[in-house]
Amino acid sequence: MDFIVSLSAATLRVATSILLAAIGETYTERAGVLNLGIEGTMFFGAFVGFYVADISGSLWSGLLAAIISGILAGLLMALFSVSFGVNQHVSGLGLTLLLSGLSLYAFRLRYGGLATPPSIEPFPQLRPFGDLPILGPLSEQYLLTYLTFLVIVPLAWWILYYTDFGLKLRAVGENPEAVDAAGVNVYAIRYAALAIGGGLMAAGGAFLSLAQLGAFTHGIVSGRGWVAIALVIFGNWDPFKVTLGSLIFGGTFALQLRLQAMGLQLPIPYETFLALPYLVTILALVLAGRNASYPAALLKPYRRE
Amino acid sequence: MSLKRLGLIVVIAAIALLSVQCSPAQKPAQEESKVPYIYAAYATPIEEPWDGVIHAALQKAADEGKIKYEWTDDIGYSGDMERILREVAEQKKPDAIFGDAFGNEEAVRRVAADYPDIAFVFGSGLGPSEPNVSVFDNWIHEPAYLCGLIAGGVTKSNVIGVVGGYPVPEVNRIVNAFIQGAKESNPDAKVLVTFINSWFDPAAAKEAALAQIDSGADVLFAERFGVIEAAVEKNVYAFGNMSDQYDLGPDHVITGPVWDMSPTVEYVIKQLNAKSYTAQDLRDFSMMAKGGASLAPYHGMDSKIPADTLKLVKQREQELKTGMFRLDIDEAQPASDS
Repeated sequence: MDFIVSLSAATLRVATSILLAAIGETYTERAGVLNLGIEGTMFFGAFVGFYVADISGSLWSGLLAAIISGILAGLLMALFSVSFGVNQHVSGLGLTLLLSGLSLYAFRLRYGGLATPPSIEPFPQLRPFGDLPILGPLSEQYLLTYLTFLVIVPLAWWILYYTDFGLKLRAVGENPEAVDAAGVNVYAIRYAALAIGGGLMAAGGAFLSLAQLGAFTHGIVSGRGWVAIALVIFGNWDPFKVTLGSLIFGGTFALQLRLQAMGLQLPIPYETFLALPYLVTILALVLAGRNASYPAALLKPYRRE
Repeated sequence: MSLKRLGLIVVIAAIALLSVQCSPAQKPAQEESKVPYIYAAYATPIEEPWDGVIHAALQKAADEGKIKYEWTDDIGYSGDMERILREVAEQKKPDAIFGDAFGNEEAVRRVAADYPDIAFVFGSGLGPSEPNVSVFDNWIHEPAYLCGLIAGGVTKSNVIGVVGGYPVPEVNRIVNAFIQGAKESNPDAKVLVTFINSWFDPAAAKEAALAQIDSGADVLFAERFGVIEAAVEKNVYAFGNMSDQYDLGPDHVITGPVWDMSPTVEYVIKQLNAKSYTAQDLRDFSMMAKGGASLAPYHGMDSKIPADTLKLVKQREQELKTGMFRLDIDEAQPASDS
């Protein structure tokens, strides 16, 4: 029982940063823009969040700065992919390279020459259910994890499906010509989607540096952005299904670490455990991907004829 | 359409500009022509601890006026090493080139063969090569063994966790020495070993450490960054690695194996000055007897170690330093005890 409780608690923790980014990507793709800048935006958010928290002494200022930096990164992506109509793969990967390089460059200017990575006191974990069995240890989570699962995901879902803005956002990703004909500014909606998406991606990165670690190093994101993109497809561009995907990934990730620590002496190499989360994600993609209904206008820059 | 092309050009220009800025060739501190001119070519960013140790030792020698030092980093493993080494050898003509050859072994040795008058001193898991390739490595298994002795002494649960990057020989021998020490001071100790298959994923390393704590571990060996954060959060003891990492977890980090490249660098400088450079395996200069490996300062944490354990550690430390005790090297892949 303890095993399952600690596994579940770890699952939520591991899933948080990936889920935030995946919800962000859901928004950009729903509006018709594949944002491959996700990995770089997470990294940028992790750095800016850490840097601002370090100099200001306030974790919340750091988080806010990270979100603003992510919004700016999203707007930069919009400038290229929406206004200039640059190929989304090129502009997205370019954005990831740009933001990764920029973050490391700034990191070296500020923290260069340190033998150990700089660290700050991270966000504390909450434990609302105290010492109650099961619920107590399970509820020991960061506030950002609570916000992500209980506020951001439902809110993202509600906005997407039950508001005028959400309707326009989905329509822009399916049939921008029709939306334009109805008098809605396609560019403005896509800019907004990329700004929201960038903010969420950066928040996902900042969760790593401000909550989970309280430190910034290169490699802090380590491909979590790419995993998030796979989860968006798995989740069929629906915030709740994307959440399910992030829990499956986080769960197998936490499980494999526990299997390694148990010393099972199985006749299989430990790499089998390490590959588990990715294998499960690929398997889930293959099964769910058959029914994937891509936003019809994904990857297509909109141009008025 | 021209707008689209303009955008594309701007993106490419921005990337090009940035990648140039990201690997700044450092200006030499001084233009003294008599001291040896050493160039370093690092495959990873110098923030990575392995290359960071080499850089720190060379920078120290440069600050002391013993060498003229320039470097470039983040060269990677996709073919740039050979080009950069050739450019450096042709245009800069240094007396010696330092670096890490892991992942670039063939490129380094190919270039070295073409420039026999330049000393190539590289971190490598392979052997030296006449006339000019010397190799070194982080031979810090001895202090890792001492840390294991301490871990066996301080554990209350008799479960000790180790989180490593990849099970490569350099990591295996450190982890195995740690385990050997732990079992020597505490035969009942059970050691959990987790690899995260990354050199740099502190969030994964922390999760791995938390999983070990859930399995009962109350002392952790942080071969990678991220583990100490878990030790602080769950209030257990930890050992750092490569450098003095007490600052990452005061009151939690007891000590840790430390690698110092200065003895290696000093020795090569001496050889260069005497025009007596020879290709050799420089491993001894990274071990305890010659000061290349040591235990990180305790920062008062030795008060947490049981007296008899501390006595044993001090005795073994002395024996290692004076050459009276030689630790066997075991590079087989370690696994968790069941």
